[in-house]
Amino acid sequence: MKKIKAFFKKRGVASFTASVISIIIGMIFGYFLLLSFDSTNALYGLKQILFAGFKSPEKIAKVLYQAAPLMMTGLSVGFAFKTGLFNIGASGQYLMGAAFALYTGIVLQQPWWVAMVAAALGGAIWGSIPGLCKALFNVNEVITSIMFNWIGLFAVNLFLSNTPKILADYYGAANPDRTADLSAANVKAIIPTLGLDKLFGSTFMNISIVITSVIAIIAFIIISKTTFGYELKACGLNKNASIYAGINAKRNIFLSMLISGSFAGIGGGIYYLSGTAQYTIEKVLLNMGFNGIPVALLASSNPIGTIFSALFISYIQVGGDAMQPEFAKEIIDIIISVIIYLSAFSLLIKGLITRQRKSKKIITAVQDEEHDNEVNKEEGAK
Amino acid sequence: MEDYVIEMLNITKTFPGIKANDDITLRLKKGEIHALLGENGAGKSTLMSVLFGLYQPDSGTIKKNGNIVKISNPNDANDLNIGMVHQHFKLVEIFSVLDNIILGVEPNKLGFLTKKEARKKVVDLSEKYSLSVEPDALIEDISVGMQQRVEILKMLYRDNEILIFDEPTAVLTPQEIKELMSIMRGLAAEGKSILFITHKLNEIMEVADRCTVLRKGKFVGTVEVSLTTKEELSKMMVGRQINFKVEKENVALGKTVLKVENVTVASRLHKNNAVKGISFEVKEGEIVCLAGIEGNGQSEFVYALTGIEKISSGKITLCGTDITKASIRERSKSGISHIPEDRQKFGLVLDYSLAANLELQRYWEPLFQKGGFIKFKAVNDYAERLIKLYDIRSGQGPETIARSMSGGNQQKAILAREIDKNPQLLVAIQPTRGLDVGAIENIHSHIVKQRDSGKAVLLVSLELDEVMNVSDRILVMYEGKIVGEFNPQNTTVEEIGLYMAGAGDKSKNTQKGGEAG
Repeated sequence: MKKIKAFFKKRGVASFTASVISIIIGMIFGYFLLLSFDSTNALYGLKQILFAGFKSPEKIAKVLYQAAPLMMTGLSVGFAFKTGLFNIGASGQYLMGAAFALYTGIVLQQPWWVAMVAAALGGAIWGSIPGLCKALFNVNEVITSIMFNWIGLFAVNLFLSNTPKILADYYGAANPDRTADLSAANVKAIIPTLGLDKLFGSTFMNISIVITSVIAIIAFIIISKTTFGYELKACGLNKNASIYAGINAKRNIFLSMLISGSFAGIGGGIYYLSGTAQYTIEKVLLNMGFNGIPVALLASSNPIGTIFSALFISYIQVGGDAMQPEFAKEIIDIIISVIIYLSAFSLLIKGLITRQRKSKKIITAVQDEEHDNEVNKEEGAK
Repeated sequence: MEDYVIEMLNITKTFPGIKANDDITLRLKKGEIHALLGENGAGKSTLMSVLFGLYQPDSGTIKKNGNIVKISNPNDANDLNIGMVHQHFKLVEIFSVLDNIILGVEPNKLGFLTKKEARKKVVDLSEKYSLSVEPDALIEDISVGMQQRVEILKMLYRDNEILIFDEPTAVLTPQEIKELMSIMRGLAAEGKSILFITHKLNEIMEVADRCTVLRKGKFVGTVEVSLTTKEELSKMMVGRQINFKVEKENVALGKTVLKVENVTVASRLHKNNAVKGISFEVKEGEIVCLAGIEGNGQSEFVYALTGIEKISSGKITLCGTDITKASIRERSKSGISHIPEDRQKFGLVLDYSLAANLELQRYWEPLFQKGGFIKFKAVNDYAERLIKLYDIRSGQGPETIARSMSGGNQQKAILAREIDKNPQLLVAIQPTRGLDVGAIENIHSHIVKQRDSGKAVLLVSLELDEVMNVSDRILVMYEGKIVGEFNPQNTTVEEIGLYMAGAGDKSKNTQKGGEAG
């Protein structure tokens, strides 16, 4: 048991260093980018990116606020990855979760935790349909989940525009194109703060980061400690072998997408039940879902790693906001995408790290073997 | 003074931590067939990769016709007229034979293909060396044997003089092997020099002039094949005496374990049935062997037997219980163990640890889990026990990632897992495919031990030696049917070979026809 633990630690260490290396390279690239735009302010810009998130409790609150839904979409993508599925539909599932949560909270006047369960349900439904198509008809989940992003977007927009009770103007606000402010519609549906908002001095602060971290830990336990996780990973790593071992691969594909979808759905719920966000009816897919992909990649799909990678991405986003007006905040998107690119390379870097470690081990093993060879040779000579 | 067309002198190649080739010298005469013999991991592939320019040696020189040459990449090797038939063919499935042969050296005028001359050259070559191919057939439609001939023609088309064959017989039927041997002899007679990588001693004895033996990266010796024996070669290769005869105890046959009645299985490849209504029984204490050439329905039958594939009609009974409709898991529980044909595709989750692989068929048992949570200590202890019991060698014990283990040890792990389940029926397809003599000996002894302890074994094999040595009863499959049943004591390899190739079936049919008439 101790040995196994030590081993996983080592592998974890390798992924972690690989991610850190790609982040450092990404930052250096970012610095050069800033230099090329405005060399006098470049250092200031970099400082903002690196340190703005920690400057005040209020900024920290903003980081945590954004990190929570990001963590959920990251978990969503990572969980499906573990089963060998690429859930690119986290955006749609996230939106479905948001819509279910808002309907439950505003129209049905339910408390926040009921709305969260509804969010998980919405995401689960939207994730399980591509899962079902994959399991039953072997339709590529990438294609179906992309289509379900758009289907989800327009279905939600259509539904919301035709549900007057959910819109802001029903509660006296001026905008008919967005959902109601929860403080006006149903205060109970706002995620509680437990005094954290006062502690940080920010309305953005609530317990959502605690909830998502707990979910991440649960996901970690499911994946690495249970037979269910054992089956899921086996299906992802070698579908044929899992069929051979009598594992119901179809059921597992379906369940994996369902769980993955519910994670994204909870992400949507968490963001829109914070009391500070209102969903605006627009014809644009939500970025939060897609940002789950780099979060998962940076964490090598490890749920615990996802906690940190989500915090990091959110942290530099806040930093990006803080470098305005000297720099356009879009620069941070470029830096993030560079890191995303490099995080894909992080697999490669990880490979290099583990290979070096392996070869050291082989040396000792071979030295023993060579000794045996010599003994054999002597015997042969006799 | 003898002419050597290729000399590899004192080649040493070290990988981080491993001396794959240690001071190896190999001299190839013009017009000879030179076998390169060694167990898996002995350094054969590394040596050939050095010759082919894929690796640079740390020290040592390569000479061609007495002149030192430097081979930095496969193009250099090609320029020196060195060609290679890889174990897994490098052909484009949806291209025609001719297109595959000219691929990379397409004859053209101003960028437009001029296939006419190419076709003539290919046809001439195929006649000269009696390599019968159909130039316009698609690769995916032709037999494995013909695909190999296409690979050989590819080398000849490029005017290669030194031909490397990497385990060419692994995929062939006995008849095709014979044919290949005569082709190789013909090539050598025409002055081509052949390097023949193998670990099959019979083939060396039959076709090679000389043989160089490697063991664990070191040069053991080069011998004249006519002056040596199979036993001596195997001793050089493994470093100890190998027992070719499988020792079996006398065991009385017990109850029927497996009863197969009229089983038909549809094919995934074509519209016909892959298995066409076969019936047989396997009793306690016997090894029944399904012999046959690859692609005659054995694999499909085993998939159907183990539940991976559905059967379209018929009935399968295990120890008196009808399992025709049972799921894979139910069959496994009721006492079928399955050593699959493709150990990496089906048998193992390569990125799982050895311990996780060893519990693959049993992870759900209370022994290994409680309330859905894996008992890591139990899994680890179990793995430790199997590793000891079955001598599975791995770098880091139970934590070793299966991918990093050698083929022989991967197979031992599967064997350990399947036998330790204590099955009523052990189904093994090609359990020794690609393994070296030492590993084969080990695996055979475990299979026989299973039989000696009164269990039933169904063995599917393409290797006639294995069929003859291990089994108690031989059923020959041809085109989805069982065409003959033999007792290995009263039959010959030739007879079984004939039945495997379908000739037996025809002769029997005409016989029957004669009787009826």
